[in-house]
Amino acid sequence: MADVIKKATRESYGETLRELAEEYENLVVLDADLAEATKTNIFKKAYPERFFDCGIAEANMMGVAAGLASCGKIPFASTFAMFAAGRAFEIVRNSIGYPHLNVKIGATHAGISVGEDGATHQCNEDIALMRTIPGMTIINPCDDIEARQAVRCAVEFEGPVYMRFGRLAVPVINNSDYKFELGKGVTMRDGKDVTIVATGLMVNEALQASEILGKEGISARVVNIHTIKPLDKELICRCAKETGVIVTAEEHSVIGGLGSAIAEAVTECCPVPVVKIGVNDVFGHSGPAVDLLKQFGLSAENIVSKTKEAVKLK
Amino acid sequence: MDASTKKDLQKKACKVRMGVIEGTYNAKSGHPGGSLSISDTLTYLYYNKMNIDPENPENPDRDRLVLSKGHTAPALYAVLAQKGFFPEEELKTLRHIGSALQGHPCINIKGVDMSSGSLGQGISVACGMALSGKLDNKSYKVYAILGDGEIEEGQVWEACMFASHYKLDNLVAVVDNNGLQIDGKITEVCSPEPITDKFEAFGWHVITADGHDFDDIDRAFSEAETIKGKPVAIIQKSVKGKGVSFMENQVGWHGKAPNKEQYETAMAELNAQLKELEG
Repeated sequence: MADVIKKATRESYGETLRELAEEYENLVVLDADLAEATKTNIFKKAYPERFFDCGIAEANMMGVAAGLASCGKIPFASTFAMFAAGRAFEIVRNSIGYPHLNVKIGATHAGISVGEDGATHQCNEDIALMRTIPGMTIINPCDDIEARQAVRCAVEFEGPVYMRFGRLAVPVINNSDYKFELGKGVTMRDGKDVTIVATGLMVNEALQASEILGKEGISARVVNIHTIKPLDKELICRCAKETGVIVTAEEHSVIGGLGSAIAEAVTECCPVPVVKIGVNDVFGHSGPAVDLLKQFGLSAENIVSKTKEAVKLK
Repeated sequence: MDASTKKDLQKKACKVRMGVIEGTYNAKSGHPGGSLSISDTLTYLYYNKMNIDPENPENPDRDRLVLSKGHTAPALYAVLAQKGFFPEEELKTLRHIGSALQGHPCINIKGVDMSSGSLGQGISVACGMALSGKLDNKSYKVYAILGDGEIEEGQVWEACMFASHYKLDNLVAVVDNNGLQIDGKITEVCSPEPITDKFEAFGWHVITADGHDFDDIDRAFSEAETIKGKPVAIIQKSVKGKGVSFMENQVGWHGKAPNKEQYETAMAELNAQLKELEG
């Protein structure tokens, strides 16, 4: 494992924006005094005339993005997930979602892996919030390769998109020939006893868990749901039918996120037990990201133990 | 402004007010007070100032208007209908199921540039439109119409910072200063005064005007066009409920529809005003 390449998806975001700038002349980037952290500074450096710092004023930034989009620009509004989905929720709903404007929201520093900054900045609610907005597309990529393609896909797609990126450098698990398809889940590993549906940095943990489970005689399928909305219900229902139980894994609250979306889908098409792994309705706290992930059960070990319990529910 | 243009605008504004009463009466809800206070300004802008064409409502070079105080949609709809964006008959369907005319402006309505109504948001959107115009070297103007109560929203001041920082001199914000909000006088609820000083402190060029005098409105918007390098705020003194005697300066008419008797009285008053203008 020594040669595993690690990269934070926020870096993939900043770099891809710079790459897309030549191709899309109407692409502009907004930030709220976090360009160093969201990595939009990479774009800013190359295209300063197309970068607009809005200062520490996220509500206004979302509104400005809406106005730009209404005039044909493709604005990427960037800040931490806490402020993009949290503070600016109502502006995203009413000024972007309701008029269905072509705004791309680049939300970095999502989840508990923000680390030392602690609970005020660890957003475990953004997926839940964004899911409730009609017509909002939500993408939560698992690694650098997927994140790059997700940004590219977002710029080509017409309509509002919420993209969720992390602060922590995470292993690159996809191959360079990987093809991202919006709204289509990816079966990363086949299995027949249980399906582990994961998103974001939990996909890698799920793959490791599946490996361990295999050695213990449990054949665990791993599905990567990078697009949480619209959800690939067809794939999820097929997994429910074929494996009879689902475990979900996300770096987000167990309320309203991927696990909830999967449970909602499964209850309608093929009711099977759904066991959710995520942040259990508590606030985070300060600490190194890797330690926090372990402490909050966002680890391969916890997936292994929860999956063993889950298969007994069949 | 010459006398005949002024009289023509007065007549049109009177008809807009009739549209407001017609719409809110048939809807059995809505916001006549603020709609009547902004009727003259909207009439002036759509008839005398803005570059817009009902035959080409999506023209990228058009001037844009964001009714940030979106609850006064009845006045906007009445002007748009009179301009021919949609049939005036539709005003009676305001707020009805199946009608295009939503309780607050919706971008899907022909002639409406932006959905609005959650207060404080429209001015940010107008900033985005103005910035886009700058980036594309277009000469269009963007008008944002705000209530004086609305400017209590913090987002308004975020937008004000942004507009002056990026020197959006193609943006004009109008504050409809009728002095009243739902819970009472703005000075008694949670005062946003001094309004003029605030906008000036945020780096805006501020013009004050009488929101019911077309000569003064014209003076203000003409001055706005000469300002370079900074956004312009026009603080317009106005009367909530203007044009309908029993609604004037009454907080209670912020968000209440007239009943049949009140409707008939209001329409009779407005018809009399129109007759006098035509006579």
